[in-house]
Amino acid sequence: MDLFQIINDIAQADPEVYARFDSRRATFRHLLGFGRKFSAAALPVALSTLFTKAYGQTATLPAAVINALTLALQLEYLEYHFYDTALNSPALMLSSDESRSLTTIRNDENLHITTLRSALGNTVSPLTRKDFDYTGSQGQTQAVLFPGLGAPGTGLFTDRTAFFSLAQMLEDTGVRAYKGAVPSLNISTTQDAVKDILEVALNIHSVEARHAARVRSLRRGGVQSITAPKSWTTPDETPATPPLPHGGTRAPNAVGPYNAGSPAATSPAESNVLQGPAALNVQTLTVGVSGTAGAEAFDEPLDAATVKAIAKNFAVTPALLFN
Amino acid sequence: MPENSADNPASDHSSPLARRRFLRYSGAGLAAGGLWLAGCAKDKNEITPSSRLDVGAGDPGILNFAYALEQLEAAFYAQVVAGPYFASASAAEKAILSDLRDHEAIHAALFKNLLGSNAIKDLNFDFSNIDFSQRTTAESASRLGVLNAARAFEDLGVAAYNGVGRYITSNDNLLLAGKIVSVEARHAAIIRELITANTFVASDVVDTTNNGLEKSKRPQDVLTIANTFLAEGSKLSAANIK
Repeated sequence: MDLFQIINDIAQADPEVYARFDSRRATFRHLLGFGRKFSAAALPVALSTLFTKAYGQTATLPAAVINALTLALQLEYLEYHFYDTALNSPALMLSSDESRSLTTIRNDENLHITTLRSALGNTVSPLTRKDFDYTGSQGQTQAVLFPGLGAPGTGLFTDRTAFFSLAQMLEDTGVRAYKGAVPSLNISTTQDAVKDILEVALNIHSVEARHAARVRSLRRGGVQSITAPKSWTTPDETPATPPLPHGGTRAPNAVGPYNAGSPAATSPAESNVLQGPAALNVQTLTVGVSGTAGAEAFDEPLDAATVKAIAKNFAVTPALLFN
Repeated sequence: MPENSADNPASDHSSPLARRRFLRYSGAGLAAGGLWLAGCAKDKNEITPSSRLDVGAGDPGILNFAYALEQLEAAFYAQVVAGPYFASASAAEKAILSDLRDHEAIHAALFKNLLGSNAIKDLNFDFSNIDFSQRTTAESASRLGVLNAARAFEDLGVAAYNGVGRYITSNDNLLLAGKIVSVEARHAAIIRELITANTFVASDVVDTTNNGLEKSKRPQDVLTIANTFLAEGSKLSAANIK
């Protein structure tokens, strides 16, 4: 990344960019500060913070980018409070191995919140445990989906099976949500600030996938267990996982972590085996592979509307979240 | 990046470069120190040695870059499942490594098919630094154990897809990379857990202090590592992916 070139490119389009940064001297002082304070890997975030500051919060981020980041941030809050509640729930009888891994995941989600809030200009009000209903009853306006996961907006968890089951669903949905958001972040404008945000999303996406794999190995009783689930999605999960309610918004399609989204051509079910522009059947492309490898080898994106329909089940007031 | 012309001040006095050259020698440029010099060192590496096979430019170059990495992983796991460690591995490890072999073979086959006549050749590998009889790297051994090598390849693959995404033009290609990278991340997570508990996310691959972001690697940095497992004549350059 050539910081000076990025700023020069912007200066071509916006001669006042240096004034926006206070002054050119101050700009470089900012950049030097980043060099000292952050590793190179942290630079994209540092930079996007700088640009957000320069351009007055999110005013110049394209609307599609703001929408994608806002949904991502709400999903991170959903996950953070989910794990935070679990870690404070003695009735779950978490083993030390489970506690350590879930703490790692919770802390990652907290950092993702910080990162996404920063990219959005730190203007978003934080969401709290009060905003979420992990029983899936939408604040007791629909039937409870996960008994034992507290009460609307409050309460500790008591049901291990329900907790780990929902953990897997939320992680796998999170991976699909980031993947589905990627095209809306791949916008070439004055490019680099937005490209940095695209890379931030990719860098969160793979961390969510690591979480999903770990939750799955906890669910099967540890890494040396050969029972289901595998650490990757398998095609049988698509029909076997009961669909979630969607308030009629997505009818007639079933909504779920492994189901197709809309349109199904770009958000196919996780059992999909057709890849690439020519819809090649990857299951038959290579001889000698297992009968499920073709579907396992690719995770599928999920469109924002379907992600929102899934996530709304866990909002105390669905009208206020995941819109 | 037009860095090379910056090394020749006489070549170009037109705006962005001239200003940049000035900055390099101004107080700001000098003070930028480590960061700036790191950039220069990296640029020197972009000069392609004649022995390197270039993966090409644009989206086809990026697909070839990915194809090369998938070929490397596929060849590695094919050798793993035929080796002595695998023969005596636990049932779970056999199941996992068999799945990984299948997944990587499918990834490689798909890229080969998509690239058609643009595909780079079938690469030759040098796994002499891997001991296929050892589960993990043995004490004071000079060669990697199977799981350590697998971890290196999987983490490298994730960092590579993450680091090249911003250069992809077509959303179809970007989505395809996204469909694969999360599976590679799942692989990395389980391999890491097999080696050491609770390392599925750790500070060597994710910034667990500041931002929770997985660390990207740029294509040339990826190939510096990958080339150590590629035979002479198959070593790669990605100098034209930008």
